[in-house]
Amino acid sequence: MKLQQRKSSFVISFFILLLFWVVFSGRFDLFHLSLGMISCAIVAWFVSDLSIPNPRPMGILRLWFNFFLYFPWLIWQILLANFHVMALVLSPNMMERIDPHILRFRSRIRDELGLVTFANSITLTPGTITVHISAYGDLSVHAIDKDSAAALPGEMEARVARIFGE
Amino acid sequence: MNLISALLIAIGLFFFLGGSIGIIRLPDFYSRLHAAGMLDTMGLFLSMAGLALYVLTDFSFANVLVAIKIMLIVVFVFITSPTATHAIVDAGVRAVREPWTKDKKGGNPI
Repeated sequence: MKLQQRKSSFVISFFILLLFWVVFSGRFDLFHLSLGMISCAIVAWFVSDLSIPNPRPMGILRLWFNFFLYFPWLIWQILLANFHVMALVLSPNMMERIDPHILRFRSRIRDELGLVTFANSITLTPGTITVHISAYGDLSVHAIDKDSAAALPGEMEARVARIFGE
Repeated sequence: MNLISALLIAIGLFFFLGGSIGIIRLPDFYSRLHAAGMLDTMGLFLSMAGLALYVLTDFSFANVLVAIKIMLIVVFVFITSPTATHAIVDAGVRAVREPWTKDKKGGNPI
């Protein structure tokens, strides 16, 4: 890794760590802040060659901003899926209504982090679990019934692709 | 304000209850994990949101920090719990455990 890249990776991880330090400690006197700065600098220096693979400050900020736009939609989808699975689990004729099966499809997302986000979002939504994902974006998803499976890949894939600018 | 946070915690606990019932009632290893997914998404999110709201009723800077920390619990669980679920599913696949399906009832007995 080039020295320049390593430097900017160091700076970015330092400020992220410092933000978390301040939030978690909640003390703003000189002693605690300087202690935090020293520990954050040491940790950021240790991880600077592996934490952020492609350090461009603006790119990371845009990624986070897009991700925060995605999060409320994901929570809403999780809520809907929760009610669906809840109705399924509590219904007396559950065994007739569920239909577990594995569906396979190829995702058009190419970014590695994007694929991880997509697979994690699928698993977070009750009713669908990512069983396997290949490096080329082939996914196997275990779905509990036809309705849960119908939503995939669909809008979730489009939204995750938009976060990563694809 | 207290009423809203109590309501949120109660709905969250209802999801915990539903998830636990689902873990018992569903037929096999893989489908039980779907119900377990309910526990650490909506159950956790709603009860933690209720707690954060309860802390914020006494509004001060220190309490805002506490509320942020409580919501960070949700963020970290949302990142780690799918990873754990994936590891469990992968263990099942490696052990060649057949999923339960409608036409082929049973699969491997659990």
